[in-house]
Amino acid sequence: MPENAHMTPEFLIRAAGLGAIRGERVLFSDLSLEVKVGEALVLRGANGAGKSTLLRMLGGLSRPDSGTVERPVRHHWIGHRNGLKPHETPRAHLTHWGRVWGSSAEMKEIAGQMGIERPFDVAGRLLSAGQKRRTAIARLLLADRPLWLLDEPFSALDTQGKALVTGLIDQHRASGGAVIAALHGEAPFEASGEVQL
Amino acid sequence: MKTPSPLRAAFRQALGEAWAGGAGVLLPIGFFAGAAMLVPFTVGSEASQLSSIGTGILWVALALASLVSMERVFQADLEDGVLELWAQEETPLFLVAAAKIIAHWLVSGLPLVLLTPPIGIALQVDPGALVPAMLAYGLGGLAFFLWGGVAGALAASVARGGLLISLLALPLFVPTAIFGALATLEGPGGPSLLFLAATTLFALSIAPFAASAALRLAVD
Repeated sequence: MPENAHMTPEFLIRAAGLGAIRGERVLFSDLSLEVKVGEALVLRGANGAGKSTLLRMLGGLSRPDSGTVERPVRHHWIGHRNGLKPHETPRAHLTHWGRVWGSSAEMKEIAGQMGIERPFDVAGRLLSAGQKRRTAIARLLLADRPLWLLDEPFSALDTQGKALVTGLIDQHRASGGAVIAALHGEAPFEASGEVQL
Repeated sequence: MKTPSPLRAAFRQALGEAWAGGAGVLLPIGFFAGAAMLVPFTVGSEASQLSSIGTGILWVALALASLVSMERVFQADLEDGVLELWAQEETPLFLVAAAKIIAHWLVSGLPLVLLTPPIGIALQVDPGALVPAMLAYGLGGLAFFLWGGVAGALAASVARGGLLISLLALPLFVPTAIFGALATLEGPGGPSLLFLAATTLFALSIAPFAASAALRLAVD
């Protein structure tokens, strides 16, 4: 965990006065948040309340209609879409992003940890929704990045998968990382804060 | 950016996708050959007539064939969520866009160039002129793919954006088509080949930035 260890930034992400407008509707306005090492922030709200929009602003995908986002560290993104191509196997997917991020992680190990050894060489279009989700979440293990932005990370996962991801989140927080997750149901991990939209 | 390895990975991913049929390899080839071979049936098979328009037919067919599979190049990335991941990387998005377009050109553009001599012979073009003309078709095809890539990026979030891509890209093809047609008539060493190369360089310097700006809009 070199990236986490030798730097202790004051905050991993800070947003001030964020606002989002969709069409004629104000989704949220003057929203501020800050996440420090070890914290886990949960974004809550009904469908269409703007959880994903907020997360996309925090990740730098969407330009805020007002306010600013400061993100001094690198982050991982698990979006609503998995990022797995139909012809891509989990092995190819993780090898690809491992190359992009200069990762030296052992593929076999990651497959074992995520419980995707069996479909590891099966094309994405033939995988179940849960297997695709596990593959996407396995990206978190490729490179050590302090901040994780997760959009409904538990969607499509079975009980065992949920426990697995909860374990990853706990471990990540304990080793100097932080998480922001948009969630529907109960958070299976202990949240340090909540944003209600 | 210390190492270009993210770019190599983007290039490799794009090549893999093109081969896997995501963007279609055989489709442009079939379209190119089919469109060109339709001409003798419509204008008549008079050898002198065909040979005078043959190189021009190849340019038109090349321009249209380069757009055939452009719809999926960026749209697939947007739908899969791959674009979101690239858009959050430190690697500049314009380089990723350029890598994708060039990979796409290698897989479905270069074969079209290799196909120009046999089709040209069928169109009664002087066989001796066809091999040197491949350089012009190659340069022009690259420009077509670059502008097509910009249009593809602009239409990435549009369902069934194929027609939109044609409408956006075809006007941008005009300078390349003009100098390309002149270059194939003049043969190698003529000034038009340099102008053709200039239009390709212009596309190469503008298109990646335009495509990446369009992709940022699409991903927002």
